[in-house]
Amino acid sequence: MKWDEFFVTGEPMIYAAMVSIVVVSLAILIGLTYFKKWGYLWREWLTTVDHKRIGVMYILSALIMLFRGGVDALLMRTQLAAPEMKFLDAQHYNEIFTTHGVIMILFMAMPFVIGLMNVVVPLQIGARDVAFPRLNAVSFWMFFFGAMLFNISFVIGGSPDAGWTAYFPLASLEFSPTVGNNFYSLALQISGIGTLMTGVNFIVTILKMRAPGMKLMRMPMFTWSVLITNVIILFAFPVLTVALALMMFDRIFGSQFFTMANGGMDMLWANLFWVWGHPEVYIVILPAFGIFSDIISTFSKKNLYGYKSMVASMVVISLLSFIVWAHHFYTMGAGVMVNGFFSITTMAIAVPTGVKIFNWLFTLQKGKISFTTPMLYAMAFIPIFTIGGVTGVMLAMASADYQYHNTMFLVAHFHYVLIPGTVFGVLAGMYFWFPKIFGFRLNEKLGKTAFWLIVVGFNTAFLPLFFLGLSGMTRRMYTYSADTGFGPLNMVATIGAFILAIGFVVLCYNFYWSFRYSPRDENGDPWDARTLEWSTPSPVPVYNFAKVPNVKSMDALWEAKVNGVPLYEEGPYEPIHMPNNSGQPFILGVIMFFLGFFLVFSWFIPAIIAGIAVVVMLALRSFERDHGYHISPEEIAATEQKLRGDSV
Amino acid sequence: MKKKRWLFFGLFVSIMLLLSGCDSSSLIVLDPKGPQAKTQSSTIIFSILMMAFVLIVVYILYIIMLTKYRASKTSDDYIPPHIEGNKWLEFTWIAIPVIIVAILSVVTVKTTSAVESVPAGYEDQKPLVIYAASSNWKWHFSYPEEGVETVNYVNIPTNRPIEFRLYSYGPITSFWVPQLGGQKYAMSDMVNTLHLLADTPGSFMGRNSNFSGKGYAQMEFEVQSMSAGDFSKWVDDVKKTAPKLTEDKFNALLKTSYVGRESFSSTHLGFNPPPEMDMSEGHHGSGSSDKDSGSETMDHSDMSNMEDMGSMEHGN
Repeated sequence: MKWDEFFVTGEPMIYAAMVSIVVVSLAILIGLTYFKKWGYLWREWLTTVDHKRIGVMYILSALIMLFRGGVDALLMRTQLAAPEMKFLDAQHYNEIFTTHGVIMILFMAMPFVIGLMNVVVPLQIGARDVAFPRLNAVSFWMFFFGAMLFNISFVIGGSPDAGWTAYFPLASLEFSPTVGNNFYSLALQISGIGTLMTGVNFIVTILKMRAPGMKLMRMPMFTWSVLITNVIILFAFPVLTVALALMMFDRIFGSQFFTMANGGMDMLWANLFWVWGHPEVYIVILPAFGIFSDIISTFSKKNLYGYKSMVASMVVISLLSFIVWAHHFYTMGAGVMVNGFFSITTMAIAVPTGVKIFNWLFTLQKGKISFTTPMLYAMAFIPIFTIGGVTGVMLAMASADYQYHNTMFLVAHFHYVLIPGTVFGVLAGMYFWFPKIFGFRLNEKLGKTAFWLIVVGFNTAFLPLFFLGLSGMTRRMYTYSADTGFGPLNMVATIGAFILAIGFVVLCYNFYWSFRYSPRDENGDPWDARTLEWSTPSPVPVYNFAKVPNVKSMDALWEAKVNGVPLYEEGPYEPIHMPNNSGQPFILGVIMFFLGFFLVFSWFIPAIIAGIAVVVMLALRSFERDHGYHISPEEIAATEQKLRGDSV
Repeated sequence: MKKKRWLFFGLFVSIMLLLSGCDSSSLIVLDPKGPQAKTQSSTIIFSILMMAFVLIVVYILYIIMLTKYRASKTSDDYIPPHIEGNKWLEFTWIAIPVIIVAILSVVTVKTTSAVESVPAGYEDQKPLVIYAASSNWKWHFSYPEEGVETVNYVNIPTNRPIEFRLYSYGPITSFWVPQLGGQKYAMSDMVNTLHLLADTPGSFMGRNSNFSGKGYAQMEFEVQSMSAGDFSKWVDDVKKTAPKLTEDKFNALLKTSYVGRESFSSTHLGFNPPPEMDMSEGHHGSGSSDKDSGSETMDHSDMSNMEDMGSMEHGN
């Protein structure tokens, strides 16, 4: 391979990106050296096994990926703003919509959700960490280096260009000869394995690590949603693992699972992809439902309406999510029986989802609603997500779907589900739990400004797409002619996309402003909330709870505040057993990155060496004896004294 | 905050005005020119009405809750009650959606079955078979009975059922003529059948709607529906004036990325037959493929015979 094939060449925007990558990397290296922060970075972050720090790193990565995916979106919208635009060529546009989809789903929505799980779930159930803290760090670094491997593809080797669904035979070597789709299969594989381990970790954590008295039916709704989500992960992700492995064999080792020749089956890929892909949609939406439930209950000062039916509806959704995948390709020609079956199962999901919408509405009833920034997102979610939901029912009808399939109507629908659902959800969760981690709230005024820009921008950007779809505009077209009449609505959509982008700029500015000027919280419970995590001081000490709480009801903290039911028993502190930090997960992640990178370019000798290194790392861990360490009662007392002042 | 809400509302209204300002006939999916598309557009409109009802119920409740129970409207010492839920209310909002879904399910199965078969009322007519094959990035249309082939345009007679048989010489594509009916995939390893019918003469946009690589955006074709007489006149014209499609010419055509419209007085079905498996028709055994390949051999070897038959038919 020649160097000019190795680096992506000939595109001024990509040269600019290369220069800025080098400049930013140098700035980070020089900055770390100048401020002598290398040791701090290694000790406090790269080697940490603390669920809160891992959660923060997940969310930080997700925000960076949101930026990358958002820039992709703006480039696409600019190209589509007017007929016959010459801003991007077809190849570049194809790469950009592919990376936009992959990054937003797998490297933005997923880590954001998993980051919030990490930060919040152990605190909500009264645990000191997740069940397997070291495994948790491995999960994070696998995700992180998978994401990095995917992202370097646009300067080295070329990005994948067959859509985020990578349908075969388009994604096969025959029609997609660059290494782009090798990056796709390997980067997703590495981060997908990390996600699978997260699934195991959180199921065990929630089932085994709850504080005494925290029965399943007393858990906060977010924890419930996380439990169900991780069960879905456990069943769905192995399908992706297998599909990606077959894809890798096809592309790198010459097998013929999905190819056109020798009996390969292109629709087998589509089936495997969506058997994972549809549950994946619920993996990113259910935790958002959980977040909204906790937020709506907190800010209407009421317990959640219909708790049991909320849990039951999520269980039903999780089961149904596995038997609807064929609605992604009704047009494959499977006939009336198959399409009828999948239409009915798909529409059936509307029933449990409707139950949730009504339960949220009735939680508000007789409440005392205060419109904080997280609550604003929750309140925008209900009406906007309902539009996404009802258009989903329309798409579920097979006969009508023959007309919506692959059009902008579909694009509008899934953005109307994923943005008000997942994105508003994780943003609401971020505003809500931010003070728990950092000890101060984000500025409300800036938060609300960003909120309005995002809501207005979102609707302006995506409402027109429903009409464009019905006018016959298909998705993934890099250009269109003026006589199609698509021009004006596309211009509106592009303006909306830029308003949305301004909203995100304000959101980021809020971090800066609040770090400098926001008043620090005093008591660890700035929202007057209801669940256990708010009974700890902010920022939360490394051991979370000085004493393990004793849970006697749902919304235990609220009961403690209103009815004086004590959360903690009297008596002296006991030593707390904590896990040691370790550099191994980070090193394993780096090795996996190189293993993936070498395989992408079919450099087998280095790949085999990296593969052996992975095995060595696993063996090292097996023979390691690490019993953790204990925090002494005196140290706990001192920390609590410092964080809570004289009140304890 | 009040001001911002009005700003938001104003923006929303202006978007709606802008949208309604668009010529409603530009929503071609809702402007059908054949029975299949008509079934689909009325299904869509029916579902929009049902869903509008759901939206209105949710929005009314939402507005009531948000205006009535905001903290600024309650006294400082108001403590919201603890409410577990209500059996009957929860039953209601399970039962009503179940009924709605049941109604929509019946509609879906009925209409899906309708658009998957020969349009109602036209069953006694012999459908016109047209093979539509995609290759990077164009469409080939072969008329086995007429013995003609076109590229990137297809002419059809009005009021006669058309049976498109779809397949692909490459990535999966999707054959879509919105004003005549919904789309279906064209794949390399099987033939899909799509039943369409035009009941008015005219020119309709058709395109590949499934992303298939670099030239995807340009992968459009024109469907022209015309009276049976005009159609047979056009077939005769093509047979007289257009060149024969040789195997070499066809292979060269497959390799060319973009071409304009072309016409030929013979088809590629003989020397480059479509894939044998036809899942949509439900036959799997060798029976159907024998039949198919049999008729294709006939097309090829006995072309003159076929031509006579074709012209006889049109003479009627």
